[in-house]
Amino acid sequence: MSARRIFARPARRAAIAPYVWMALFFLVPFIFVVKISLSQTAIAQPPYTPVFDLTGGVGAIKAAFAALSLDNFKLLLSDDLYVFSYLRSLLVAVVSTSILLLIGYPIAYGMARLPARWQSVAMMLVIVPFWTSFLIRIYAWINILQHDGLLNQILLALHLVSTPVVWLSTDSAMYLGIVYSYLPFMILPLYATLAKIDPALLEAANDLGSSPRQAFWLVTFPLSLPGVGAGVLLCFIPIVGEFVIPDLLAGSDSLMIGQTLWLEFFTNKDWPVASSAAVVLLLLLLAPLLLYDRLQRRQLEAR
Amino acid sequence: MSEDAATAPIADSPKPEPQTAVVADMPLLRIDAVAKKFGTFRAVDKLSLDIRAGEFFALLGPSGCGKTTLLRMLAGFETPDEGRILLDGKDIAQVLPHQRPVNMMFQNYALFPHLSVRDNIAFGLKRAGMPRSDIDTRVAEMVALVKLDGLEKRKPDQLSGGQKQRVALARSLARRPQVLLLDEPLAALDKKLRESTQLELMELQRRLGMTFIIVTHDQEEAMTMASRIGVMDAGRLEQVATPRELYEAPASRWIAEFVGEVNLFDGQVEPHEGNRVVVATRDAGTIFAAEPRDPVTKATVCVAIRPEKIKLSRRGPASDVVNAHAINRLEGVVSDVSYLGGFTTYKVKLDSGAVLRSSMANTARLDIDAYSAGQRVMAWFTPDDCVVLEQ
Repeated sequence: MSARRIFARPARRAAIAPYVWMALFFLVPFIFVVKISLSQTAIAQPPYTPVFDLTGGVGAIKAAFAALSLDNFKLLLSDDLYVFSYLRSLLVAVVSTSILLLIGYPIAYGMARLPARWQSVAMMLVIVPFWTSFLIRIYAWINILQHDGLLNQILLALHLVSTPVVWLSTDSAMYLGIVYSYLPFMILPLYATLAKIDPALLEAANDLGSSPRQAFWLVTFPLSLPGVGAGVLLCFIPIVGEFVIPDLLAGSDSLMIGQTLWLEFFTNKDWPVASSAAVVLLLLLLAPLLLYDRLQRRQLEAR
Repeated sequence: MSEDAATAPIADSPKPEPQTAVVADMPLLRIDAVAKKFGTFRAVDKLSLDIRAGEFFALLGPSGCGKTTLLRMLAGFETPDEGRILLDGKDIAQVLPHQRPVNMMFQNYALFPHLSVRDNIAFGLKRAGMPRSDIDTRVAEMVALVKLDGLEKRKPDQLSGGQKQRVALARSLARRPQVLLLDEPLAALDKKLRESTQLELMELQRRLGMTFIIVTHDQEEAMTMASRIGVMDAGRLEQVATPRELYEAPASRWIAEFVGEVNLFDGQVEPHEGNRVVVATRDAGTIFAAEPRDPVTKATVCVAIRPEKIKLSRRGPASDVVNAHAINRLEGVVSDVSYLGGFTTYKVKLDSGAVLRSSMANTARLDIDAYSAGQRVMAWFTPDDCVVLEQ
């Protein structure tokens, strides 16, 4: 018992670290955001009321609490602009994540079946783009996709098109940018689970009468589902809130929620509405996270 | 094979010879000059072997000897570079693994972690397109056979090592394969469990009348379970024999050393004396051996004697009872004694400097027959106890 207590103590202390981190850098700022989302916009510094002022005593704080309201959330629900932004964000995230899975799975599968020494090379190739700044890579795409860019030059040279195609400021360009940027986040968790699958399992499936294709669907795919879940979440959640890629590559006729938020915050200087939009976004993303967490817990319990 | 010689002169005859006689003679599995290379490494080197229906056959050998490669070729996971594998007269060397009437029990069981015990066992039956109700019956039968009742819904992670081994066995038996291949099936079990499982496997094989081919590096395991053992080294079969033949009449020095403990004395064959082969050894003087084969005089040979064939005594057997050719005697000093319960092993340092190993059963509870280190003893063995092996 005593030995166990000695070892348990530093471990328990270390276990607190992530909670402290989350409290300081997520929970406290989030409380500020929630508070601002319940406030009203004002031409002032800071640009909202009420402002909690401890110097005013208990009465002033009570009055500040009384001034909080849910008006901003009502506005979000009543204005098409916000509802459409949310819907578009979800649509873009669903479509991009599906494309990412369709492209990422075969790549990860191929990597996992390479000879060990080529696997690390393939891994490097997946990670290498991270060495260049994300923004620079998106700007490079603008270069490639623009009117007289590389893509149009190639298409013209091959006589596949007779006049340059408009790529920039289209949804295609945005999807291209998103898929390009997020692919490593899909590949890496998939690769990690696929590489762990014992090849003897496939031989066993084969031995018991399944063709290689059946063995894939009956053994490999079900065993790779935790990786699929992790990859989908790692891509889906940030894509919903994506701002830079749609702003630089997509047209301006329909906005994703990230762009709307930016507009409210920086252009309209409406911090309370921007904050409430952020709170709703977080609540939306909580749903898939909780679902994933539940599935994982069920898997752990099954063990 | 005589069949070929008989048909050769009438090869032009329009009607082919009836094949029934050949088929009746055919073993269930014939491995015919099979070879497999990995790069320049010859894993299996033109190996031929016949296995009869209902046999419990063990492939025994050190790691890297090619036994697993041979087994994987029988399962279809490797394709032979040369040669044929005839199962029931049909060449299956190029048949894909999922189309062979052969199943394998894998070394680390390779149970599907996402499927329950029931679904693991039913896996092969579903692929065979068996109706649902038949699958249920067969699974229940298999579960009862390997005594897994009540565990059908468990996942492999929730099973003990012994239970996993049973699931793997049930899964590989469920399709009623013509041949069951077992790749080191007991290697992951602890000693006690391994011994009881060996007996269960033998009992099961006898009850089902199925042909089992087991790969193992554990000679005791092979000796206990198999009716015949093929000893492999460097991609070749060194000897195929019953456990007793393998131990008492090893075909080569390598086999004698690989299977069990042995004392080896190098020497040269001298002219006969009566029906005794006489070998002049460097370390143990002249040894008289009873040997059915007749080695060439002056040939360099080695004499192999198993430790339990060598008796120790203070004086040796009375010389008036037997003539000089009937008993080999060596004198030396006991240098090491290991008491192992059922028997005791002794190391005896001979006067020539060579060390002889003897093991004697502890048939009496009291230690009146025991020798202690430093004691001078006579080690003796009969010509029948000697095996003469050509180098």
